[in-house]
Amino acid sequence: MMPLEHRSSPHSTTSNKTDRMMLLVLIALLPALCVRTFCFGWGTPITLLWCSLIALGSEAVLLALRRRAPLFYLRDKSALVTAWLLALSLPPDLPWWCSLIGTSFAMVFGKHIYGGLGQNPFNPAMLGYVLLLISFPLPMSSWSPADGTGHPWLTFSDSLQLIFLGKPIDGWTMATPLDLLRNNNTLTMPELWSTHRQLSGLVGPGWLPVNLACLAGGLWLLKKKVIQWQAPVGMLAGLAIMSLIFWNGSGSASRGSPLFHWFSGGTMLCAFFIVTDPVSGTSTRRGQLLFGLGAGLLTYTIRAFGGYPDALAFATLLMNMSAPAMDYWIRPRTLGHGPHLKERR
Amino acid sequence: MSTAPSPEPRWPGLWSNNPALVQLLGLCPLLGVSSNLVNALGLGLASLLVLMGSNLLISLCRQAIPASIRLPIFVMIIAALTTCVELLMQAWAYDLYRVLGIFLPLIVTNCIILGRAESFASRNRPIASMLDGLVMGLGFMAVLLVLGGLREMIGEGTLMADMDFLLGPVAREWTITLVSDYRPFLFVVLPPGAFVCMGLLIAAKNAIDAHYRLRQSDADDFTQPRATHTSLEQQPGRVPVRQL
Repeated sequence: MMPLEHRSSPHSTTSNKTDRMMLLVLIALLPALCVRTFCFGWGTPITLLWCSLIALGSEAVLLALRRRAPLFYLRDKSALVTAWLLALSLPPDLPWWCSLIGTSFAMVFGKHIYGGLGQNPFNPAMLGYVLLLISFPLPMSSWSPADGTGHPWLTFSDSLQLIFLGKPIDGWTMATPLDLLRNNNTLTMPELWSTHRQLSGLVGPGWLPVNLACLAGGLWLLKKKVIQWQAPVGMLAGLAIMSLIFWNGSGSASRGSPLFHWFSGGTMLCAFFIVTDPVSGTSTRRGQLLFGLGAGLLTYTIRAFGGYPDALAFATLLMNMSAPAMDYWIRPRTLGHGPHLKERR
Repeated sequence: MSTAPSPEPRWPGLWSNNPALVQLLGLCPLLGVSSNLVNALGLGLASLLVLMGSNLLISLCRQAIPASIRLPIFVMIIAALTTCVELLMQAWAYDLYRVLGIFLPLIVTNCIILGRAESFASRNRPIASMLDGLVMGLGFMAVLLVLGGLREMIGEGTLMADMDFLLGPVAREWTITLVSDYRPFLFVVLPPGAFVCMGLLIAAKNAIDAHYRLRQSDADDFTQPRATHTSLEQQPGRVPVRQL
């Protein structure tokens, strides 16, 4: 008699092993990293290297504490993915201790306290981000100006000093386009655009290229079948629906067009790299669509009516919380079962 | 209600049956006010006083309380004592009274107090009941103090700040600044940080217990049964409802 083998989903037929998937994600993040370095200066790669170092270090320590083989588990690169996602969400010239606290919190409380890779109910990178945003609102909302805003370009040593020595530079930060739009009550959109150098064209210098790079990386991941289209499409659709409702053209009460929201902040990074997280998201295709939709709706709501620089992390965590309920209510139909059969009976 | 003397040792209230760490009772005030040491001490003392007083009073009247309406009567006694403590604090530690705010009247709803009244004071002699209240209150206060100190150190970088709210002008200079130029770690000061710190405390307690149990089981093959709110206090004449 043949042994009955029970396999749970996903019934994958490709050779997508964890470390290969993580490697592909890292490769897909490279364009965003390059463009962000080009637009916002050397702070991004420095923070990224620093976060990676901490993530690998804390992962090794935690694995040793949990009596796992550190070298075997470090090779799956999941710690690196967490570190890179966090580093690409953080302000470029964030002080070193902020990144240290955020990354180690993400590894300890976001991942290993729940049992390590594949067990975490929340996206670790977003958990680290939210911790930092709640704890240190000032450094977390100080964004270095993008290239093209007329500000002096921060050299490599400037960024190093900002990050590791905390040496302040006068008039170095600027409000982001999202901040400007949220705090604007009096100026019409053309006035706002003409009086602020951070705003030009669709979004403003720096933000559009970074988001386009994330979009490109995300589309490549789609083509490689590492992620599915449902979650990103849902997220972008949710954001578009809400921003269409509250758009109000060019008036002073306008909260920004759908395209503005798609290409500002970290929207594309979140849509293609964060809500697509297979661990903290839902496991069905329909669930992923709903997950993305909810994340988009929440992102817009918090961006437009909240007090934080960006809303992606909060939206992601809130949807992470509802993912188990979605998995409970949305179940794929088993072969031979279904509504039409039930009626006939 | 029986008047049998307490059959079990009282001291578990401090460690193995700690109301906060093991029974997980009174979490709302525990997490709500433990953002620094002085708040923790103030609320710990207030809870201790109410707990001792209510245990004593309920034990004294235990013969006169009809079993069917005992819970409303317990709550009335506890509420009266809480009001007394609140008025005392308003008189002598007005600053602290203002800081603690709603958490002082909320002592009435603290499950530890009603739990001790129901499971101990209504079945035991007055002196034993008062001692039980003392031990349980001390156990609760110890956790409050550890949590408050921890959160104040990590969150604000100080220890014993604003101690004069409770102890008068003598304590004005007692603030210990651990790190000068410390950036407040708001997460630890806010409620989510309280949950994380509380989880870490429970984990630490379980780790210490596991360590000693391992040691003990090496010495002899004895394993301690898990202490819970009810198992330690099985009363004679009370039959467990569900027997599996």
